[in-house]
Amino acid sequence: MRALLALADGTVFEGTGFGAETEAIGEVVFNTSMTGYQEILTDPSYCGQLVAMTYPEIGNVGVNPEDVESSRPYVEGFIVKEYWETPSNWRATQSLGDYLKDHNIPGIQGIDTRALVRLLRDKGNLNGVLSTRDQDRDRLVRAAREAPSMEGQDLVGRVTCAKPYDWDEARWTLDQGYVKAAGPGKHFVVAYDFGIKRNILRNLVQSGCTVRVVPAGTPAAAVLAMQPDGVFLSNGPGDPAAVPYAAEAVRGLVGKVPIFGICLGHQILGLALGGETYKLKFGHHGGNQPVKDLTTGKVEITSQNHGFAVDVDSLGGKAELTHVNLNDQTLEGLAHKQLPLFSVQYHPESSPGPHDANYLFRRFVDLMERER
Amino acid sequence: MPKRTDLQTILLIGSGPIVIGQACEFDYSGTQACKALKEEGYRVVLVNSNPATIMTDPEFADRTYVEPLSVAILEKLIEREKPDALLPTVGGQTALNLTIELAEAGILEKHGVELIGANIAAIKKAEDRDLFKAAMQQIGLDVPKSGIAHTFDDAMRLKREIGLPLIIRPSRTLGGTGGGIAETEAEYDRLASAGLAASPISEILVEESIAGWKEFELEVMRDRQDNVVIICSIENLDPMGVHTGDSITVAPAQTLTDKEYQILRDASLAIIREIGVDTGGSNIQFAVHPGTGRLAVIEMNPRVSRSSALASKATGFPIAKIAAKLAVGYTLDEIRNDITRETPASFEPTIDYVVTKIPRFTFEKFAQTPDFLTTQMKSVGEAMAIGRTFKESLQKALRSLEIDSYGFDDKGRGVRCTGTELDDKLRIPNARRIWYVADAYRQGYDTEQIFALSKIDPWFLENIRQIIAAEQTVSLAPDALRRAKAMGFSDVRLATLLDRSEEEVRQARLTHGIVPAFKTVDTCGAEFVAHTPYLYSTYEHQDESAVTARKKIMILGGGPNRIGQGIEFDYCCVHAAFALKEAGFETIMVNCNPETVSTDYDTSDKLYFEPLTREDVLSIVEREKPDGVIVQFGGQTPLKLAVPLEKAGVPIIGTSPDAIDRAEDRERFAALLTKLGLRQPNNGIAFTVDQAVEAARRIGFPVLVRPSYVLGGRAMETVYDEEALRGYMDRAVEIGPGRPVLIDQFLEDAVELDVDAISDGETVIVGGIMEHIERAGVHSGDSACSLPAYSVAPQVLDEIRRQTIAMAKDLGVVGLMNVQFAVQRGEVFIIEVNPRASRTVPFVSKVIGVPLAKLAARVMVGEKLADLGLTHEIVPTHMAVKEAVFPFAKFPGVDTLLGPEMKSTGEVMGIDRSFGVAFAKAQLGAGTVLPLEGTAFLSVEDADKPGLVAIAQRLSRAGFRLIGTGGTADYLAERGVTIDRINKIQEGSPHAVDEIRAGRIHLMINTPKGSGAQRDSFPLRRAALEWKVPYFTTIAGAAAATGGIEVLQQGGLGVRSLQEYHGRD
Repeated sequence: MRALLALADGTVFEGTGFGAETEAIGEVVFNTSMTGYQEILTDPSYCGQLVAMTYPEIGNVGVNPEDVESSRPYVEGFIVKEYWETPSNWRATQSLGDYLKDHNIPGIQGIDTRALVRLLRDKGNLNGVLSTRDQDRDRLVRAAREAPSMEGQDLVGRVTCAKPYDWDEARWTLDQGYVKAAGPGKHFVVAYDFGIKRNILRNLVQSGCTVRVVPAGTPAAAVLAMQPDGVFLSNGPGDPAAVPYAAEAVRGLVGKVPIFGICLGHQILGLALGGETYKLKFGHHGGNQPVKDLTTGKVEITSQNHGFAVDVDSLGGKAELTHVNLNDQTLEGLAHKQLPLFSVQYHPESSPGPHDANYLFRRFVDLMERER
Repeated sequence: MPKRTDLQTILLIGSGPIVIGQACEFDYSGTQACKALKEEGYRVVLVNSNPATIMTDPEFADRTYVEPLSVAILEKLIEREKPDALLPTVGGQTALNLTIELAEAGILEKHGVELIGANIAAIKKAEDRDLFKAAMQQIGLDVPKSGIAHTFDDAMRLKREIGLPLIIRPSRTLGGTGGGIAETEAEYDRLASAGLAASPISEILVEESIAGWKEFELEVMRDRQDNVVIICSIENLDPMGVHTGDSITVAPAQTLTDKEYQILRDASLAIIREIGVDTGGSNIQFAVHPGTGRLAVIEMNPRVSRSSALASKATGFPIAKIAAKLAVGYTLDEIRNDITRETPASFEPTIDYVVTKIPRFTFEKFAQTPDFLTTQMKSVGEAMAIGRTFKESLQKALRSLEIDSYGFDDKGRGVRCTGTELDDKLRIPNARRIWYVADAYRQGYDTEQIFALSKIDPWFLENIRQIIAAEQTVSLAPDALRRAKAMGFSDVRLATLLDRSEEEVRQARLTHGIVPAFKTVDTCGAEFVAHTPYLYSTYEHQDESAVTARKKIMILGGGPNRIGQGIEFDYCCVHAAFALKEAGFETIMVNCNPETVSTDYDTSDKLYFEPLTREDVLSIVEREKPDGVIVQFGGQTPLKLAVPLEKAGVPIIGTSPDAIDRAEDRERFAALLTKLGLRQPNNGIAFTVDQAVEAARRIGFPVLVRPSYVLGGRAMETVYDEEALRGYMDRAVEIGPGRPVLIDQFLEDAVELDVDAISDGETVIVGGIMEHIERAGVHSGDSACSLPAYSVAPQVLDEIRRQTIAMAKDLGVVGLMNVQFAVQRGEVFIIEVNPRASRTVPFVSKVIGVPLAKLAARVMVGEKLADLGLTHEIVPTHMAVKEAVFPFAKFPGVDTLLGPEMKSTGEVMGIDRSFGVAFAKAQLGAGTVLPLEGTAFLSVEDADKPGLVAIAQRLSRAGFRLIGTGGTADYLAERGVTIDRINKIQEGSPHAVDEIRAGRIHLMINTPKGSGAQRDSFPLRRAALEWKVPYFTTIAGAAAATGGIEVLQQGGLGVRSLQEYHGRD
């Protein structure tokens, strides 16, 4: 199965298809994690994106029912150097290609992914079309050019849950898999689902919280009516400025209840505090980003996945800078001097990625303790 | 946290001679550490007994001591230099062990020397099995069931408690010396006693065997703010049961999900914290059960290791350099990543290629040891290859080994086998198992069957299956050819498969524009711009080589280490790069050995990490179009390429390939000598066994026989009669058309000399004349030697100078030349001439204080010696002795006798004012502690008996009790020497071996001749080796040792730095 990846700048990569025979449009981004493609595929933050892995051998460990961050894969298409049809791992139950096929997602392999990454690094993220059925290069390039920009698109509406639900599954262990919470937690947390990764919920449960997940459009009053001990703002896809209703709701919560935000949730909190967000050239997508916790001076290796960031200058005294990215000095975390809230741009729940930042869940619990 | 300003002088301990398990990776780490600390303004004092290292070059430290690595020597050095701190973590296990001894002897405390990089408690916790096990349990991690034995009885108890199969690991030995897996009671009993003997503290770990589990390694770094990062994960293709140094290993890990990988990462962080390594790098090994994922921690090295060198090369993250900076107080986020320049060192490299490391073995040199791989390391070197897929990386790795195998072909695999024999080859790890796997696929085995036998993860096996399947579909059609190249097939391999010549495949490739692209190793998967051109080839489209318009010189390195070609050649290549950089050239290094300084990305302007084959080198040459290519510094590897490269139009600089051929080709060389009126031993060439016998008769026995075109004296032997000659021809060589055998007159009782000279095409200057201590017949690489000569008459030395210069001029040498001479009864014979850098160049350079390799590189680009400041031979006023170091202890059943086939892996240097002291230091450096009192056991062949008398008398005067076997004892007694008689082994107990085992023999002199006598006395030499009794197998060696003992009795050894010897301090 021949496959083409056409970019909005006119570049076309030709490779071999795997997964579904179809066509997908999205913003092309690259991820530098060497492990964890299944978690990446199922991270709703990738909605609207074609993801290229910089690590060249993908599919080695197949897929299994456990390593999922949501109910299904959310990437629009998957781009790798070499795809493996025959997984080798004791937990694998299916090949990656079959999994993608089941979810009608196309994959392309056998292209010079490093050349693609260098292109994206130099030009910034581009829209692209991945087709495993149509070989008309011109049409595909045209389609890529006509695809809407990430900026201004409300992708959250496509991934958030339809109605509230409770979550009681804790973190994974090798021996026991996922364990259910033994009983009600010490703290009741309402989690906004802007495209939430399950490992965030698992970490909240693990930290002793009872968790209710609510749709992105839930107004502040409805959340406050549930009398939560804390509110969590989740990760999610796309442009934070395109979901003004979320910032609006958060404004209604600030100061009234402890808040913890991750990724898009962090950006929304930044907007709610009066800051601004902007689009990064090619974002941060990987598991090796160094972040310094300015409160302790310690460096943590973090899992990241974002194309937008909060403008440090725009916050101007409205919040305190707590974490900074040591690669490019971008804002990675903020807290309020007086009000009980904090957020980070990166992913302390990891999955995939290192667990260095896991302490932030403890920090959230401590905050709720203090505010009780 | 900035660097510490309370420290001024820092002492670094190197790793000593190259041995199996501790190779030039520690030159790489030590050199990086020296550079990093000097850069920070510290006064660096370095001690290392190995003169072949870059780090012992006088410019890398403020004070460089080439002295034996012993506690007494170190104490003298510490008294003299008063270092504020000691960095013990960059000199391998040797430095770590020595540091523990220094601390335990109270020397560090007494002299106020602070340990940086690791503390004694942490080192002990990591190294002591009980403490380590307890520490792992403390943090909830599993270790294999195990126990410690200090006595044989302890070992028996553990066997009952844990149950077979068991692994035996002796404590504090290099590369697991003396260890192994025991499946049976008998194996266990033997390994347990050998292991107790091998351990310097008489301690073995007896452990549940988890052979067959998946094996992983993580390279971890920590700073003093407790920031911890993982630099690299490595997965072993060979599962548990094979020493990681002998395994094919792959970076990054390939068969773990993120959740499983993070378990290893979390464990690594917990381990480095629990063990308490304050700063620097550590290597942690894990086993993972392939069916359940159960994790067991195997071990942790609280120091820079072989794997960290590999991880540095695999990722571009310079672990040793960063470790040195962390040790003086920096934190990871304060150090820049050299490659990106923008980002800090506090990150985890991500790679977008696959790295394969493959070990190089040398079983052919130790025929008595079967080719089995166990937990005891046996490989002598390694190659690393980089490709965008594992298939490409693996096939590049195979041809990087330089064992005349260009992929999964028959040559590297040896004999063809089927059925249960093949099953055994898959089941029992061996040096060629990967080729057997390939052949099993050809014979119709499936992945499941091969996995069941080998326990090699199916992911790796599937890759090999795909390669073998592709063998069926390769062709010269453009698409098929491109696909094959992308899978890593070499032109040579394709030529074999398609029944074409290599050149035909190459031309087909070039016609269709199928050439490799070069990509950058950048630590970050291209997320940031890379500023260091560290490149590898791959068959993709976008090329990143960024060729400049500068004048450039390409240097071909030496490839994987092997016996006969090691660190000395890397030293020369590195010097060439430094010298030519200084002279304003862009320098381009090509090499595939991850242990080396030459493959450090800042040694040359550009680094191509590539196999050293004609195809791979030509691809780089075609891209870079260098103004000159240097082939004479990397040993035989690049030299073999000289003619093919020149034929392809590559500009080879320095001595012309034609001159090299004149020196190597037997007939042309004979013509040269005739023309100059010089002599060589009588010789002949034979294409059949009968011709060989006829030639030998004409020349006269004894003769030296060897196959043509070999390095390191491979399969070379001295034979004394026709029967032995016929035996040799049957056993050791394949003779036939195109594979002749060379026969030389053997000069009995001749003194051998090695000369290194340099020539700019007009002026020839002798660098050094080294006199061998062992007589002719012992390979020059195995013989101890002295510079300057210690016994040869001045007029003979002058004649040697004259002949050297005459040959260099006639050959038109531009660069270095090495000549081996033999002097028999005052007459000078030429044994061989090598118009290239030799193994002794670093030794000579260090003794005379002139960087010969650097000057050679400069003359090769047209400069004159006079302009470079070298106008005459420098004959040092001090004496230096080089001694070889042997791997016999690693090869059970191997004799320790020296002969024309080279067997040493490394060398040490002893330097002092007199020959005796220098010799004693060299012995000590090589691990032979000359006894000052006790019993000397003498047993020599008849021809050596006259020479033994004086030695016996001197030993007697020195207070030794002498014992000897019948003939020797009688001979000496008749000449008035007091000596007791002891039984030969054949005469029954109590015999000499019993006495050795009982610790009642302290020195042994044993020189058997003839195969019968050698066979009979073999257990003696093995016993001496195993019980660490100093032994000498030549009379010349024994005489020198006696001199050393006399000197040592008069007083201890002093220390002096190279800078002082060279008059620069």
